[in-house]
Amino acid sequence: MDFLHQFVQQLINGVSLGSIYALIALGYTMIYGIIKLINFAHGDIYMVGAYIGFFAITRAGLSIVPALLISMVVTGILGMIVERLAYKPLRHAPRISVLITAIGVSFFLEYASMYFVSPTPRTFPEVIPSVAFNVGPFIVNGQQMLIMGITLVLMLILTYIVQKTKLGKAMRAASFDVETAQLMGINADRVISFTFCIGSALAAAAGVLVGVYYNSIDPLMGIMPGLKAFVAAVLGGIGILPGAVAGGIILGVIEALVSGFISSTFRDAAAFAILILVLLFKPSGIFGKNTREKV
Amino acid sequence: MFFSKKLRLASAVLGVAMLSTVFAGCGGDSGSSDEFKVGANIEMTGNQANYGNAGLEGLRLAIKEANEAGGINGKQIKLVEADNKSESAEAVNAATKLISDDGVKVIVGPAVTANVIAESQVATDNKVPVIAFAATNPDVTVENGAVKPYIFRSCFIDPQQGTVMAQFASKELKAKTAVMYIDSSSDYSKSLGKVFQETFEAAGGKVVMQESFLAKDQDFKAALTKIKAANADVIFIPAYYEEVGKIVKQAREIGITATMLGTDGWDDPKVADIAGASALNNTYFSTHYFAEDPGAKSFIDSFTKEYGHAPNVFAALGYDAGKLLVDALKRAGSDDPEAIRKAIEETKDLQVATAKVTMDPATHNPIKDAIIIENVDGKYVFKSRIAPSK
Amino acid sequence: MNLLRKNDLIMLGLSLVIFAILQVLITTKVLTSFWELNLIIIGINVIMAVSLNLINGYTGQFSLGHAGFMAVGAYTGVVMTTFFHLPFIVAIIAGAVLAGLLGFLIGLPTLRLRGDYLAIATLGLGEIIRIVIMNLDYVGGAAGFKGITHHTNFAWVFLIMLFTLFVIKNFVNSSHGRACIAIRENEIAAEAMGINTTKYKVMAFTIGAAFAGVAGCLFGHNFYIISPGSFTFLASFNYLIMVVMGGLGSITGSIAGAFVVTFISAVLAPWPEFRMIIYALALILLMFYRPQGLFGYMEVTSMGIFRRIFKRGHES
Repeated sequence: MDFLHQFVQQLINGVSLGSIYALIALGYTMIYGIIKLINFAHGDIYMVGAYIGFFAITRAGLSIVPALLISMVVTGILGMIVERLAYKPLRHAPRISVLITAIGVSFFLEYASMYFVSPTPRTFPEVIPSVAFNVGPFIVNGQQMLIMGITLVLMLILTYIVQKTKLGKAMRAASFDVETAQLMGINADRVISFTFCIGSALAAAAGVLVGVYYNSIDPLMGIMPGLKAFVAAVLGGIGILPGAVAGGIILGVIEALVSGFISSTFRDAAAFAILILVLLFKPSGIFGKNTREKV
Repeated sequence: MFFSKKLRLASAVLGVAMLSTVFAGCGGDSGSSDEFKVGANIEMTGNQANYGNAGLEGLRLAIKEANEAGGINGKQIKLVEADNKSESAEAVNAATKLISDDGVKVIVGPAVTANVIAESQVATDNKVPVIAFAATNPDVTVENGAVKPYIFRSCFIDPQQGTVMAQFASKELKAKTAVMYIDSSSDYSKSLGKVFQETFEAAGGKVVMQESFLAKDQDFKAALTKIKAANADVIFIPAYYEEVGKIVKQAREIGITATMLGTDGWDDPKVADIAGASALNNTYFSTHYFAEDPGAKSFIDSFTKEYGHAPNVFAALGYDAGKLLVDALKRAGSDDPEAIRKAIEETKDLQVATAKVTMDPATHNPIKDAIIIENVDGKYVFKSRIAPSK
Repeated sequence: MNLLRKNDLIMLGLSLVIFAILQVLITTKVLTSFWELNLIIIGINVIMAVSLNLINGYTGQFSLGHAGFMAVGAYTGVVMTTFFHLPFIVAIIAGAVLAGLLGFLIGLPTLRLRGDYLAIATLGLGEIIRIVIMNLDYVGGAAGFKGITHHTNFAWVFLIMLFTLFVIKNFVNSSHGRACIAIRENEIAAEAMGINTTKYKVMAFTIGAAFAGVAGCLFGHNFYIISPGSFTFLASFNYLIMVVMGGLGSITGSIAGAFVVTFISAVLAPWPEFRMIIYALALILLMFYRPQGLFGYMEVTSMGIFRRIFKRGHES
């Protein structure tokens, strides 16, 4: 295999990995956009989504699509409950207290799941036969295509909701300025709750897809992808939806290229280094608007 | 600006609670004399919890069997468990608690090399013997060429496995080139890689590429794409089962057909679950025992009966450590740590689940055979048994 | 001014009395070595929390990479004592200097970032430090640095902790400290008042990093082995939790936070499966009922009982 061939193959690997980051990052960025909270529990919501999908498939014997939908619905409701119980009472508290609460929720989800489902990793049954397609000299896996396909569909639905529906308009208004939006008659609590629901459902989708694709899930699986998705969201410009998608894919590609051509051990370091460099030159991320602070 | 009433109350309650615990802790519960107190310093939470907890299940079973059989000279064995959170600093903390607060006379665990090494100084200072059940790094029992008097292990060591697999690759498989794919976050993986490379190259082969990953990684395709391009005869992957399953699966998906070799970290039914039975064909690994071995059969049966699932290799090793300990306690006849230490050192021809072991007093490693197993359609097929080279 | 100095003296006296009592309890083995170890851990955590508080609480710069500086101090320290056989105090100073220097070099460019962007940048830098250490075979790589001589004991930790508290308290009460607080309250206004914000932000960051290095060095010489796994971003979160739990901008709070977090962890040790669940719930509930932390901005010296003592001292 020559260099160019490997390069393209690594790009394919990177994009499929990146689309998972993108799905998780979307939730991060939506929540941040509205209540300015770095929801550190988001990675664990993704883990819970994977487990719900796992039980829907193994215990209820469902196939992938209904399992995915059930997991998205249940996890979406879980996201709303978490918001209602843990974050809503702190709406006017200092932001750092909410952040600590998010870390608390994260620990709680991790260790409560560890208690209920044991720390042993679970293996997904093969719900989609893993077929490899040879596109010219390159290999694309059927599951990789499925992940990219579902990610694309979900993003289109999300774009529709945010751009065309009334609730989407309310979300955009609230992310611009919650108080003004409230004055305009928008029920901010409902909008925030809805945002958590959508964000969590997207994370659940990512969780189920990861389970199907990598075949193994465990209660601590959300820590690193959660962090990476956060990096992706910031890279793209936190609070901006297309930014999260772009950030996720860029991050996936960087990781694949660094692992492929330098060394896997420096993969995370390279991802962080690029993030910091981007921030130094463009402090609000790639797609972020540089807003001048008002005095 | 003043303390609120509620807070004052809360802090008072907290303060009293703290003081009471401190003084309760000070009592230095010496334990009733009709039981042997044995500590288990285990990775119960954190990243390595699935290895630690599996070992603990095996250990508990061994202790339970001994107690049901009448204990040690009529005395029951009491297992005091402590969690080291899969961190070496916490392993020291847990060991200190077991020794100073719970008054145990001997400790089993932790599972992972780094945590045992962290613990060993505390144990040595307090003259409490330790049996490590799954830490295969040579440095666990030997430091600067001298054996650590209080530290033992009940499993074989990395150089033995690494040598066995390298010789197998060059002699049996006639491999000329190899790629190593190492977990660079694990001492276990790194030291096995080093031994493999030395032995393989001494036998005339060549390690053409070394790649690394980190424990808990999900996606290995980038590095595997690179490994595929190297086109070596064998790929050596000394790692734990969770990552191994994913690596084998993804390697076959991107079209790697080469033989893959592994070590005892592969010995878990999860590997076949994750990778799929057909992907796992044409892979071999070394391990501590084979299910048909004498001793292993009855262990597997009673373990399955007790817990409702089959044991993995960590469970078997935890059980071995428990057996070794029970035997030593019987011969020591008292809970004097020095007597226990001596008894462990003198272990001879003891039948445990995985083998018949004799402790080597010069290194505190048991003299045990390694087994090579081939994966055929999701089943283990016995390949060969190799005695340690002297 | 007189009152302040007298307060310091009283606090110093009180601390020394506490130290003497604890030391006697340890020497006479009334406190078992498990509790001695936990006292040491509390001391190290106090240094970490107070130094992080200087950055997060007093200067208002959201740093999530404090464990990285601790790692630098720890590794520098153990290299000094193990490879170069230098005295422990030299190792501590070296750890502080190197961690501080790194803090300075990192702080200079990144402190231009604001809020959450700074948080993720510092988190990333902390992880980069850890990954670099993990790939340095000179210090044992991922497997950790073995064969460290045990130097840390309760006396070292307590006295260095006192020193840290003294330095940071005085820094906060100096004109530098007031500049930092001004930056926290409103950066633009502070700048308008002629405060060189970059200078003070970097200063606070450097001092915080240096003391994290000191804590790291104490930590490194306590456990015979250190591995990069002890310095992940989760460790940084843990120190942040101590600071916020105690109260941002309160030294007393940071001490209390370090104490409570370590203590909860030690007390819950017998129930490993519930430990983290209870801890998580405690954290969430505390944030509900006291979002400003246990002490808010208050110091123990400004509370009624102490004020009474001090006032009497002042009047006489």
